[in-house]
Amino acid sequence: MTAAPDAATEGGHDSGPVTAGMQAEQLTTTGVFDVLHPPSGELIDDCVHCGFCLPTCPTYLLEGNETNSPRGRIYLMKMGKAGEVPMDEEFVGNFDACLGCMACVTSCPSGVKYDQLIEAVRPQIERNWERTRADRLFRTMIFSLFPYPARLRPAAFFGTLYQRLGLRRLLAATGLLARLPARLRAMEALLPQLSLSSVVARQPVFTPAVGTSRHRVGLLSGCVQRVFFGDVNAAATRVLAAEGCDVVAPKGQQCCGALSSHAGREEEAIARARRLIDVFEAADVQTVVVNVAGCGSSMKEYAILLRDDPAYAERAAAFSAKVRDVSELLAEIGPVATRHPIPAKVAYHDACHLAHAQGIRAQPRAVLRGIPQLSVLDIPEAEICCGSAGIYNLVQPEPAERLGRRKVEQIVTTLPDAVVTSNAGCLLQIRRYLDAGVPLFHPIQLVDASIRGVDPISSSRAVATSSAPTASIPT
Amino acid sequence: MEDRGTVTVLTPTDQPGPAPETPTHLSPPTAGAALADQLRAQLAPDRIITDLTRLRTYECDGITGYRVVPALVALPESTDEVALVVAACARAGVPYVARGAGTGLSGGALPVADGVVISLARMRRVLDVDLVNQRMTVEPGVTNSDITKAVAAHDLYFAPDPSSQTVCTIGGNIAENSGGAHCMKYGFTTNHVHAMTLVLPDASVVTVGGDGAEQVGPDLRGAVIGSEGTLAIATSVTVRLLRKPEAVRTLVADFASAEAAGEAVSGIIAAGIIPAAVEMLDALAIEACEAAVHAGYSLDTAAALVVELDGPTAECDEGFARVEEICLEAGATHLRFAADPDERMLIWKGRKAAFAAMGRISPDYFVQDGVIPRTRLGEVLARMQVMADDAGLRVANVFHAGDGNLHPLVLYDAAVPGESERGEHLSTAIAELCVEMGGSITGEHGVGTDKACSMPKMFSEDDLAVMKRLRAAFDPDGISNPGKIFPTPRLCGERPGPYRVHPLEAAGLIERM
Repeated sequence: MTAAPDAATEGGHDSGPVTAGMQAEQLTTTGVFDVLHPPSGELIDDCVHCGFCLPTCPTYLLEGNETNSPRGRIYLMKMGKAGEVPMDEEFVGNFDACLGCMACVTSCPSGVKYDQLIEAVRPQIERNWERTRADRLFRTMIFSLFPYPARLRPAAFFGTLYQRLGLRRLLAATGLLARLPARLRAMEALLPQLSLSSVVARQPVFTPAVGTSRHRVGLLSGCVQRVFFGDVNAAATRVLAAEGCDVVAPKGQQCCGALSSHAGREEEAIARARRLIDVFEAADVQTVVVNVAGCGSSMKEYAILLRDDPAYAERAAAFSAKVRDVSELLAEIGPVATRHPIPAKVAYHDACHLAHAQGIRAQPRAVLRGIPQLSVLDIPEAEICCGSAGIYNLVQPEPAERLGRRKVEQIVTTLPDAVVTSNAGCLLQIRRYLDAGVPLFHPIQLVDASIRGVDPISSSRAVATSSAPTASIPT
Repeated sequence: MEDRGTVTVLTPTDQPGPAPETPTHLSPPTAGAALADQLRAQLAPDRIITDLTRLRTYECDGITGYRVVPALVALPESTDEVALVVAACARAGVPYVARGAGTGLSGGALPVADGVVISLARMRRVLDVDLVNQRMTVEPGVTNSDITKAVAAHDLYFAPDPSSQTVCTIGGNIAENSGGAHCMKYGFTTNHVHAMTLVLPDASVVTVGGDGAEQVGPDLRGAVIGSEGTLAIATSVTVRLLRKPEAVRTLVADFASAEAAGEAVSGIIAAGIIPAAVEMLDALAIEACEAAVHAGYSLDTAAALVVELDGPTAECDEGFARVEEICLEAGATHLRFAADPDERMLIWKGRKAAFAAMGRISPDYFVQDGVIPRTRLGEVLARMQVMADDAGLRVANVFHAGDGNLHPLVLYDAAVPGESERGEHLSTAIAELCVEMGGSITGEHGVGTDKACSMPKMFSEDDLAVMKRLRAAFDPDGISNPGKIFPTPRLCGERPGPYRVHPLEAAGLIERM
């Protein structure tokens, strides 16, 4: 076991310098990163290069390429920090390709905090790397549209008209759709089939508990959630009220900043976090309930995001401590309302930002199993991301599509009557590839239906067999 | 060690002097560039990597202490494509190194400078499943666990179970003749591979082995398995599947000392019981595993044994009762029985995370793989402790106690000047101690780069010459994974001491053929 500087072989090939571990003094410099929270050398050093992350990494699964793996990206961070590689297109591309699904955090035996590492790298890239004009424009468009319900709602309205009036079929038939750039095509295809009433529905600011109130919760209405999944918010409100919660959905709440934060747009994320904290502090609630895994995960990390802000650091920590996913809260407070049977088998898809980022796997399953006659199936390869990942399926449509198809292939092996998942992005992504006859739900929608004594699964089956599959997003 | 600003080159302490400089922003050398152009034209362009940033992530495998940047990485997707890359390398006289998941712990997939890395990570299709004959044919990039997963519903499984089985590939298992916790009863990879399609260093494609375990003629299959990628690249592998045993019983026994645990192991074997696995962990290893997996190992014990029996229920139960008695007789302080398959899986998850979990207690480590006679366990552990204290380093121990295969983990911090070298020296000294005790420098991780210089401690010049002749018969030009296994003056400097008679030879127990 001797490493020598000039190792050679009997074949005469110089096997080159064999180098030792990188040195401490290198790790104290920031290399290609600026000094504002570069990825931590200590966190990087926790990685022992064992490779246990490889099989759970979606991009490694697709590409089989070391660089596009958690271990490879940590290696890039280390080299970047030591100034051994430049921040170039290749460097940035490998981080852009990361879905941020955090499956590697779950699978890492050494406890490497890749989540904190990648979230340190993304803002560095946004600050220090100039994206191409087209990329910049596309990203600006996304961030000027999705976080703003007032802009997204009319867009969704016209989108829905576009679908209903048969324009989509017309575009597809003429081949125009196929000629759109991949990113726009992805955006078009993700547009869910909405009922117009859902698009224009509004969330009441206060909903009193049914019977005695035992909890006062604030509900995050969300941005995309509010427009595309207003019915999920409505279901959550009904369930929480039925379970004895006063539900406040404060007016003036905007996007939580998760999309920005996961894309490295730190300033934007910080501003949104501050605003949301203000709004919910004023609402005086015990718990802040979230229906969207990605938002919940981000809100639980406000404490880190706002650590440098003396006016907000403590308040952010207090806020983060109050955040609960809706199924997490329901499991915590226990059921009061009577559930009615829904005789069906549903496949439960773990949203990455719920399972990997928040460690919430048992609670949604437990909440679903509280519904009489409903059985919950696990999906093979459950740890692999469906390809949605925030704005990933918009900015990286090709790998996102392969992952979406792969996920649906695994889902259908369980022969489910319906598919259930706790994240808006996953719902949109899976809907795109899943047979239209199989309905998709947020778990809270099934709990709501069960409390109300409705069976949305067999009714949607009836609709699916009798007419066109327009009931794909149940309303 | 001399600071060169960005990349520091390791100089052996016995060869002081300026280290050759590694440029920080290399451009691929021209020979590599020509080869890359040629391969890009023949394969799809996305299958060739030449960008330095990406190349750097291939510079090491599971052992980061050895690093060499290759000239290019090829990601072939079929046997034909592998043959094409090998042919191009052979024509250009450029060396190549095959790579699976890069989890190896002996630097066996360390690239050669200006050479090619042939990554088999994209070849991961299951080609054929023959349930009746309990065989399955897969591409080399399929992971060890995925083989079992594909047939688990039929109560079949693939027996070799290296700790990295969820990640490591069957191709890598073949290169290293991998074992695992259960190889004591079931044997190594070589006992579970019927046939292979190989791409030889002259780019010819051949098949070795056949439908069953025994074949007429020389066992070329056996020669290739464990040859660490120096003879051929396997591009399809037919493995043997076993039926799952009727019963499995697992216990964890705590002991106040490793010696007491060692006694229990000897007692179990002496009683004529063949356990499916007997694993030992010391306090430091338990600390890391528990931090990673929370498998419920006792944190206040000096050593823990995991004993597993499998087979027909009646036989298993009888043996298990006896194992329990033996452990208590040897002074076990606590026994924990796996109540159900989930608890059993958790116990194993803890054990198998051991190496990977070292990041919890140390930034860097070297892992050794020495084998010793089981009966000398106490003695070896005591000497290792003295050596570790002398070096001022910690050594965690986790090993296959049943067959005396030790995995001492030498913990060090590369950021502390001098620790890498001390760690490396200690690690080498431990491997050589195993030879001195009548054992071997490697049980299952392979010789690779890591232990090449210790080979003369174990083998005479004649032994090595015979091995090299076999090597030359497959690879006369030495282009297939050169620099591994065999010591070379440039790799080892003046270090390898003269060959001494192996203690078992001296005792008349073995002889050299």
